[in-house]
Amino acid sequence: MLASHTETLALREQFETPAQQKEASSLGMWIFLVTEVMFFSGMFLAYTVYRAAFSQVFSVASNTLNVVIGAVNTSVLICSSFTMVLAVHAAQIGSRKLLILFLILTMLLGGVFLGVKAYEWNQKFEEHHVPGPTFHLDGTTQQGQAQLFFSLYFAMTGVHALHMVVGVGILLTLLIQAFAGRYTAEYNTPIDIAGLYWHFVDIVWIFLFPLLYLIGRHHH
Amino acid sequence: MITEAVQERETYLNASYGLKSWLLTKDHKRIGLLYLGTITFFFFLGGIFATLIRLELLTPKGDLVSADIYNKLFTLHGVIMIFFFLIPSIPATLGNFFLPMMIGAKDLAFPRINLLSWYLLVIGGCFGIYAMLAGGVDTGWTFYVPYSSTYSNTYVVATGLGIFIAGFSSILTGLNFIVTVHRMRAPGMTWFRMPLFVWANYATALIQVLGTPVLAITLVLLICERSLHIGIFDPARGGDPILFQHLFWFYSHPAVYIMVLPGLGVVSELVSTFSKKPIFGYKFVAFSSVAIAVLGFLVWGHHMFVSGQSVYAGLAFSFLSYFVAIPSAIKVFNWTATLHKGSISYATPMLYAFGFIGLFTIGGLTGLFLACLGVDIHVHDTYFVVAHFHYIMVGGALMAYLGGLHYWWPKMTGRMYPEGFAKLSALTIYLGFNLTFFPQFILGYLGMPRRYWTYPDEFQVLHVMSTAGASVLAVGYVMPLIYFIWSLRYGEIAGPNPWGATGLEWKTASPPPAHNFDETPVVTTEAYDYAALEAANVG
Amino acid sequence: MGTELPLFPVEASTVAPQVDHLFFFLLAVAAFFTAAIFVTIFYFAIRYRRRSESEMPVPVHGVMALEITWSVIPFGLTMVMFAWGASVFFRASRPPDGAQQIYVVGKRWMWKLQHMEGQREINELHIPVGRPVKLTMTSEDVIHSFFVPAFRTKADVLPGRYTTTWFQPTKVGKYHLFCAQYCGTKHSAMIGWIYVMEPQDYQTWLSGGATGSLASTGEKLFQDLACSNCHHLNDQGRCPNLRNVFGSNVLLSDGRTIKADEGYIRESILNPSAKIVAGYQPIMPTFQGLVTEEGVLQLIEYIKSLTPKPVPAAPGTTTAVSPRKISKQ
Repeated sequence: MLASHTETLALREQFETPAQQKEASSLGMWIFLVTEVMFFSGMFLAYTVYRAAFSQVFSVASNTLNVVIGAVNTSVLICSSFTMVLAVHAAQIGSRKLLILFLILTMLLGGVFLGVKAYEWNQKFEEHHVPGPTFHLDGTTQQGQAQLFFSLYFAMTGVHALHMVVGVGILLTLLIQAFAGRYTAEYNTPIDIAGLYWHFVDIVWIFLFPLLYLIGRHHH
Repeated sequence: MITEAVQERETYLNASYGLKSWLLTKDHKRIGLLYLGTITFFFFLGGIFATLIRLELLTPKGDLVSADIYNKLFTLHGVIMIFFFLIPSIPATLGNFFLPMMIGAKDLAFPRINLLSWYLLVIGGCFGIYAMLAGGVDTGWTFYVPYSSTYSNTYVVATGLGIFIAGFSSILTGLNFIVTVHRMRAPGMTWFRMPLFVWANYATALIQVLGTPVLAITLVLLICERSLHIGIFDPARGGDPILFQHLFWFYSHPAVYIMVLPGLGVVSELVSTFSKKPIFGYKFVAFSSVAIAVLGFLVWGHHMFVSGQSVYAGLAFSFLSYFVAIPSAIKVFNWTATLHKGSISYATPMLYAFGFIGLFTIGGLTGLFLACLGVDIHVHDTYFVVAHFHYIMVGGALMAYLGGLHYWWPKMTGRMYPEGFAKLSALTIYLGFNLTFFPQFILGYLGMPRRYWTYPDEFQVLHVMSTAGASVLAVGYVMPLIYFIWSLRYGEIAGPNPWGATGLEWKTASPPPAHNFDETPVVTTEAYDYAALEAANVG
Repeated sequence: MGTELPLFPVEASTVAPQVDHLFFFLLAVAAFFTAAIFVTIFYFAIRYRRRSESEMPVPVHGVMALEITWSVIPFGLTMVMFAWGASVFFRASRPPDGAQQIYVVGKRWMWKLQHMEGQREINELHIPVGRPVKLTMTSEDVIHSFFVPAFRTKADVLPGRYTTTWFQPTKVGKYHLFCAQYCGTKHSAMIGWIYVMEPQDYQTWLSGGATGSLASTGEKLFQDLACSNCHHLNDQGRCPNLRNVFGSNVLLSDGRTIKADEGYIRESILNPSAKIVAGYQPIMPTFQGLVTEEGVLQLIEYIKSLTPKPVPAAPGTTTAVSPRKISKQ
């Protein structure tokens, strides 16, 4: 069914006013983010349960993660959220050039994060910390429990990274459309709600980092 | 008027033709019909498995199918009926079709996401059918570990993926409904003027959005455990099989409210229309839907009283489970009070409403037995549970769905179904249902366990009764399939409001135009205002 | 073809009548409300049937007093159900002191039971009437569930863990045993019988065919597996003294104190490095794969026999328990 000739980006057919459309889109994204919180929460629960049961082994395992790299990645993501905010603002004031600039910056920072993650994972692979037949963690006899830590580590950071990749993809789409001049001060809802998504992915990392990297560090 | 009858009026059905106009539609009404076709297919597929199960259980020995086949039959029956029939059923068909109209909107907030949700159900269903044809799955729809992660040699991953994808269909429907109710109500349509069907679907949407993602991650973890042996549920590696149960039931208990809440909404509409009275205690009924949605998230551990979880957890979950019973009781009492001094019609939808109230009451009361710690130890994992949930899901949700389908059929299709046959099939379903499932309460207390391919001889008479009932029930379900299709061509032409119902959907033509309303309605009356309707008709 | 029509299961344990009384209360409440709703609706549906299309009922939006009444009264009833059910549940969860110990291992698709006196049974359990029996159970593979309808008891049987249930039979007879947690192909064949016997008959049964008590079988296994090379059953030796250990509180090297119950002993055999006793080195090898679950239970029974049975405390006294200090050699 083709869009009626009265339908525009600024006002899809089902809405009465652009304001209604914007509010609906925003509420929709918030609800979607709530579903994402529930999705991650299953893994966070599993992690919490096993960390409580196997605190010593999890501590040993966590200490093999590189805190410096993790902290760098954290600040990269926080900066990317900042550039995303600037992108949203640029769209709201109708500045196409600034919007494009900040979208690109955000994507670059996201890419840096993913690249650093790939490097970290490679380290883990070389240290034989990837769960599987070649897994071995020094410093504990409980290899099963240690493997649990790393299974959860890869699951959680993996699902997070997947969401980052999707986020970068979304930003790329927005970038292409920004180039085409699609966004104006009157119509920039996609930038706005993409910003919400990006911030969410950032916040998930803010939880992941201390939970995974910072257990029992003060003992050392 | 006469010229209108001669010219074909533009409706959502003839606004455009061709496969593409259906498969790429953004019209919530067409999407509702796409869902209707899909879930009807899955219902009869699940029904075939039920038939084979009941046939095998005619005799104590396993003489119809092998044990492995039997185990696959009950697994697939559960998976298909729950994930591909009941969960979508009312919201995706009747909800999609009527929720926007009931609040005076032109469509849902996100029509393309609505279409996507249908495709996701179909794709998920394809995975399920692939798993079925490739050899089936035999873990039970509950997929308990370590059996499903380590021991079963069947298509667990494919089935899990199918359910995972279908889950997103459910999430998107819920998301769409929540935004629509919050942001797309017509002027004057305040929250407390909305039909109770909308409240029910809104509450359901809350559960869909909050609960289904937990099922998604549970399935992901199960698939990882099965394929990669990560150890998260494996005791040999420090994992805990009970963790799976907690994660699984955290969704699957609220899921049963996804399945029944919309039906409760339908029944409110039917009881009101066919008594010509507003629902007694409107606000109580509206809030009870939300209360069920919220409380439903707090009780999952009542599926785990004998699982080895702590006695104190059992206490907490039993206590909370009794709370969730009360809002349902409130609804039943309010419906009954609505009938008092009403003008009660026995049209088929009302017969289904009566049937629902009776069977849902029995099913709900037997839930009190299961919430009771002392009794549940005995009846857990027996046919008592099977009877309980079939009373709610089949005696309840399915009958409400059929009632709603009959009620809104003239609006959706412009045709009436044949009333005589419809009444007959409603009665057939009611009698067949009770004969099928009431003996199962007795079987359960006697100790007949669930998921048994063979059983001790002394249980046979009750099983034969149950199977006899199932054959009557099957006939009862086939009849509407036939006469609904028949009515599309030969049914009496329906006017805009054959039932004299209130509600904005009845102010449009039957079938409605593609854009629902020529002008955005402005609402000035309360819900279920029959006097205003009459005044409007007279004037 | 079976032609009997049983409608109610036999009551054969002390808990069964408690469960049944509670059940009948629930049934009465359910029947009352079902009848009330059915009768009321039936009556209203007939009395207020539509007699003409033009009739217009008077709308009634609600009566607060009614709403409160029919919320509070059902709520009160459900709280009675909860409390009563919880009380039956507590009693059904706590084995009385002096219960006879039986060990159960479930595996696909059979039940293996071991008496302390040494008898091993498969899919059958012979017990004397009138004495409480406590089952300690584990699974070799998937989750099973030990269900005896006549006793009204059920408990899941888990891999890697012990779960317990108990019953005191009150009636001589033969009762179904079912597996009540789906476990694969032959789930419905994982069934058996509980034989409740007169005490004399039980003694007769016991005296035939045993190869020695469970504890002595465990002792033999203890020696065969060379446990006695390190565990010298005194305070010398590189390994903790196993005398008096069962049931005591043990101080671990990480500072935690843990009760030495069946689960702890099992873990110490199969995954010894998980918990190290304070003052000892983690030198014990694992016996995973070298001993079956039944073997583990035999060893546990042997180790239990190394702790003399406590003299029942005089009423009103309490015994303080402090973590066992184990002196290093």
